[in-house]
Amino acid sequence: MITGHLLSAADLTKDEALNLLATAKELAAITDGPNKKLPTLRGKTVVNLFFEDSTRTRISFETAAKRLSADVINFSAKGSSISKGESLKDTAQTLQAMGADAVVIRHGSSGAAKRLADTQWIQAAVINAGDGTHEHPTQALLDAFTIKQHLAENKKDLSGLRVLIVGDILHSRVARSNVLLLTKLGAEVVLVAPPTLLPVGVSDWAVTVSYDLDSEIEKCDVVMMLRIQLERMADSFFPTEREYSRRYGLNNSRLMKLKKNAIVMHPGPMNRGLEISADSADDLKSVIVDQVKNGVSVRMAVLYELLGGAALAGNK
Amino acid sequence: MGILLSSGDIDRALKRISHEIIEHNQGITNLVLMGIPTRGAFLADRISTFISGIEGEVATGVLDITLHRDDLRLRPPKPLLPTRVPTGGVEGKDLVIIDDVLFSGRTIRAALDAIGELGRPRSVQLAVLVDRGHRELPIRADYVGKNIPTAKSENVKVHLSEYDKEDLVELIK
Repeated sequence: MITGHLLSAADLTKDEALNLLATAKELAAITDGPNKKLPTLRGKTVVNLFFEDSTRTRISFETAAKRLSADVINFSAKGSSISKGESLKDTAQTLQAMGADAVVIRHGSSGAAKRLADTQWIQAAVINAGDGTHEHPTQALLDAFTIKQHLAENKKDLSGLRVLIVGDILHSRVARSNVLLLTKLGAEVVLVAPPTLLPVGVSDWAVTVSYDLDSEIEKCDVVMMLRIQLERMADSFFPTEREYSRRYGLNNSRLMKLKKNAIVMHPGPMNRGLEISADSADDLKSVIVDQVKNGVSVRMAVLYELLGGAALAGNK
Repeated sequence: MGILLSSGDIDRALKRISHEIIEHNQGITNLVLMGIPTRGAFLADRISTFISGIEGEVATGVLDITLHRDDLRLRPPKPLLPTRVPTGGVEGKDLVIIDDVLFSGRTIRAALDAIGELGRPRSVQLAVLVDRGHRELPIRADYVGKNIPTAKSENVKVHLSEYDKEDLVELIK
């Protein structure tokens, strides 16, 4: 069981991660029934503190919290006092005064979630829902859950599976969290990207790096396409979108080369036609919609473990 | 520490309960058994086997009640255990909840809530191996292996060979 906060996939032990996935599986089975709502977190308040735009993650956390009967307060930077210049500290203290039990934070700065957890600004459990280009641990958990569901249902972990993560590794918090979690669960991770989109120090990660998608695509069990983050593309990381798409996009001919049982993943939102063709996104191999569904179950498991008992954050 | 039920006693009690369940429900056509993990689930499997030997296959499942406990916020969270609903579900069925020890009644209250998530059975009955008294809620068992008067400070421990080393019920003072 995890306690305290969920800030990084690196904080999870292998057993904790597998336990979360097992709990998520049980919760998924329950919420598939006629009554989706459980009384477990009645009286708890979950605040979604979103300084960056998000559709999936915020709705997913909101759904998860509501299915466990927690009260949800949605807060986005637009339309709040943040636009008047209020600091993270003052916002946190406001939430503390309102009695938040958990804060789900998405922020454009790497380390924002850890800052919130390490200071005494707020006593609530902090869940990192994406901080800058650092981490997005619940995305990694839902990806691991989806991979396990499709390719390792009855196995104890993900060993023996080869996972390709393709695209903008440099800016991707999804890639960082996934590398940490999937390798911990025994999978072999291969990063495929143009050299300009790989972070400094990638050689120290427990992964293989390749610049050539075509030589890797036939050998993998999972291909995870990352979004080209046009909002972070201020410098010229590649000459044109068209060239990127031709060398690193998942198009129909690459889709045909995949193993028979391989699955296609994407954390969303997709740039159809850029990193993934519309046909690939809608193909039978694509589990992108499953990822969204599983996101709710995984986040329910995280909320249950962090808020379900008496051991609240702070008295770890 | 004293032994309350031996392996043979447990076996006989479960056989009697199996007969009582069949008799009370006039057969097994509408019957569903659900055990509460960990040990209630094994007891449900044993009763299911006995009933199969007498009347035929009976639908049997497992019901985890962790998410419905009323002491959740008083203790650290527990890992969830599997819930298995037999094919055919619980809607309109005569459902028998099976657990090892009946004490405060709070587990059974949680079980009733958990069943509410799954559907609306026609009736819900309760079978336990040991009833040790000290109820905190208006709940009683329909089928009891053995009534054991205990002091509140004492503890009744059920061992089952599927999970523990042997079949045994003991009283720990």
